[in-house]
Amino acid sequence: MSASVTTPAPTNRAPANLARWYDLDEHDHPEGGSTMLGFWIYLMSDCLIFAMLFAAFGVLGGNYAAGPGPRDLFDLPLVALNTSMLLFSSITYGFAMLAMQRGHVRGVQGWLVVTALFGAAFLSIEFYEFAHLIHEGATPQRSAFLSAFFTLVGTHGLHVTFGLIWLGVLLVQVGKRGLVAANQRRLMCLSLFWHFLDVIWIGVFTFVYLLGVLR
Amino acid sequence: MSGTPIMTAPDQHWSFLLGKLSLDALPLHEPILVATFAAVALGGTALVGALTYFKVWGYLWREWFTSVDHKKIGIMYMVLGLVMFLRGFADAVMMRIQQAIAFNGSEGYLTAHHYDQVFTAHGVIMIFFVAMPFVTGLMNYVVPLQIGARDVSFPFLNNFSFWMTTVGAALVMASLFVGEFAQTGWLAYPPLSGLSYSPGVGVDYYIWALQIAGVGTTLSGINLIATILKLRAPGMNMMKMPIFTWTSLCTNVLIVASFPVLTAVLALLTLDRYVGTNFFTNDFGGSPMMYVNLIWIWGHPEVYILVLPVFGVFSEVTATFCGKKLFGYSSMVYATVVITILSYVVWLHHFFTMGSGASVNSFFGITTMVISIPTGAKLFNWLFTMYRARIRFDLPMMWTLAFMLTFTIGGMTGVLLAVPPADFVLHNSLFLIAHFHNVIIGGVVFGVFAAINYWWPKAFGFKLEPFWGKVSFWCWVVGFWMAFTPLYAMGLMGVTRRMRVFDDPSLQIWFVIAGIGAALIACGIATMLLQYAVSIIRRDQNRDLTGDPWNGRTLEWSTSSPPPEYNFAFTPIVHDLDAWADMKRAGVGRPEEGFRPIHMPRNTGAGVVLAGLSGICGFALIWHIWWLAAVSFAAVLATAIVHTFNSKRDFHIPADHVVETERARGQQLALATGAA
Repeated sequence: MSASVTTPAPTNRAPANLARWYDLDEHDHPEGGSTMLGFWIYLMSDCLIFAMLFAAFGVLGGNYAAGPGPRDLFDLPLVALNTSMLLFSSITYGFAMLAMQRGHVRGVQGWLVVTALFGAAFLSIEFYEFAHLIHEGATPQRSAFLSAFFTLVGTHGLHVTFGLIWLGVLLVQVGKRGLVAANQRRLMCLSLFWHFLDVIWIGVFTFVYLLGVLR
Repeated sequence: MSGTPIMTAPDQHWSFLLGKLSLDALPLHEPILVATFAAVALGGTALVGALTYFKVWGYLWREWFTSVDHKKIGIMYMVLGLVMFLRGFADAVMMRIQQAIAFNGSEGYLTAHHYDQVFTAHGVIMIFFVAMPFVTGLMNYVVPLQIGARDVSFPFLNNFSFWMTTVGAALVMASLFVGEFAQTGWLAYPPLSGLSYSPGVGVDYYIWALQIAGVGTTLSGINLIATILKLRAPGMNMMKMPIFTWTSLCTNVLIVASFPVLTAVLALLTLDRYVGTNFFTNDFGGSPMMYVNLIWIWGHPEVYILVLPVFGVFSEVTATFCGKKLFGYSSMVYATVVITILSYVVWLHHFFTMGSGASVNSFFGITTMVISIPTGAKLFNWLFTMYRARIRFDLPMMWTLAFMLTFTIGGMTGVLLAVPPADFVLHNSLFLIAHFHNVIIGGVVFGVFAAINYWWPKAFGFKLEPFWGKVSFWCWVVGFWMAFTPLYAMGLMGVTRRMRVFDDPSLQIWFVIAGIGAALIACGIATMLLQYAVSIIRRDQNRDLTGDPWNGRTLEWSTSSPPPEYNFAFTPIVHDLDAWADMKRAGVGRPEEGFRPIHMPRNTGAGVVLAGLSGICGFALIWHIWWLAAVSFAAVLATAIVHTFNSKRDFHIPADHVVETERARGQQLALATGAA
């Protein structure tokens, strides 16, 4: 390492116009400025997990292994009811966000509870459907089609479950600290998450259930 | 396993409590492992004893383990990478010795069961727990400094990500002494990795180590993308970002857009093994080739995740040591972006022999060859930067030159492999092994060494001694070619990879030469460690008082070495590419008054706790200790929730402290200019 490297190092002399080179009047950056972007990127990574599960279903969805197929198994009216539960929960979450914009704590809490009830209804119906299928012998082990079906729909259900836990935590936090900036940010994130699960479900409903019955 | 009817009642109690774990899991019949365990246990006890004796646990916990400072986390990543590198290299040496002696009826010294674990662990460790921590550590340390930020966007998440990676590494290490590791090769293709052919815990160690580390990697990718997009200094638009920051951005986009694929495909393999689903089985409609497709959709971007950051390193090093701005900055950026995109449409070249037909193979063969065009553009940019420059041949630049020669040859053998008919001959041969070691060692490893020599003074405040570094350099470069040229030759002769014994005695000489090459590399590693040790001991002679020991061009060289915890007392304002060179040209001084309190994130132990609990959960799942898995998972959830109630996440560094630090910096600078 040549010691002869002359480094025009920063000197201690302070020429004029430092303000052109340094932000001399800096203020605290508001906390969480990157959160929405970061959470959005996370959602896209989660979306890729679903993309892989859809791809697996696309490849394996016709491999019944001489077992039951979609037409034997799917109960479309039940799935339609289930879909409506999730779609309603998205609308009511939207109302919670509107209440948040108005700074109305009670309204936020009320609509969150309604959202949670719809979400719980969705999960219950899905649970009933799974139990029914397994009872009929259409288990995840029966065929590659059923493995892919249970995994895709189950992963979505697992996401809704975590969404519900998160929603419960936020209810407590809003109750404790009101609609402070941190809580507003968290409500926004959960809102993104919740609507995202809605979009995924529309994919599931279309590609798994509707196209499955047509198949 | 727990439901076997022959089991007597007390056994069932134990299996409830311990799952598949029993004393049989300890590899007491493997003398090599027993000796290794004895060494590790003694060394570990000595280390723990020393740390306790010198009372540094509190210091480590407060200043390092719980730190959310991107610089300390970056250094911890590098330490993790270095430790795991020694383990991964030990595996490599074991393979070289085995293959050099297993001729003429000799079985060598490793059983098949052991040898298969060694080559699997070598691949897994070198990619996931050496190369990944190294590049993540570099990005963590350098990116915020290069963009003039005080930390990353999500400092707590950064700490958590590091510990998740560490826990993944710890699980792989645990498999050495408790149970076994996978014997499947580093990508664990089914049906071999399925329950019927791998009933033991080896594949489960593989799965859970990668899943836990993968969470860390994905989150750190999200973190760095948000950091680069949101926290750049005023004036630094995208086309004024340093190249290393650009390549880091592309790398992290690749991470976020590919690691979820790995997560998903490993989750499906997990379901096959734990629940009995049929994704990748041979019967009930499963498709093993779907696994191979999915894992390479992650796997190919992964190699660019590793190599893009070091392309950035070489760009910074070349510009700095040639003393001028990089030739073709914008073409470098576009080349990086094009590689990022193309890396998603080449995955099938890893299995041309799958039998997908001429059209599909042609498509992927052509995309693979196309990707060498932007890579070639990068090489020309470095060459043209060097053209007519006064090049300073310090160690970072030496590694860069070694890279350019080595990597170019590795790239060309890659283009050979991209021709599907040639690949049908060379698939799974030692030619392939030589090719990817050629690009990964010649690219990633050389790049990391260039980066360590380049940024070490920034991180620690003193330069590395060049003498032992140069000895290490020559051992490495010569050793690399000696170790892998024979593999090229044997690959062309049709020798396949992962062989434990050989029938043809004429091959032995090639393996002996490769073994000597590995010994030379071992000397390279030893002298590298010696270089670090000597430099640390003689640190006072190599102090970097200026903060800018190489006459650098980017913002990390504008602050002191090591930088203060807040990086910059005042955020710099950027007007041009190579912002620091621009500032030096304009003769800008440092502000010496008007310091304000600086808003910083607060340290937290939540990351260590969460990752530790995840590790326990992973261990419990590996050994089917269901109660422990449930309890530790619930504890992970509870800790995460409790942490969201923690509102004391930030604090202000008092203005007095900033004044104090900056005054010390002023004195250092005065000393430096006085000395010069």
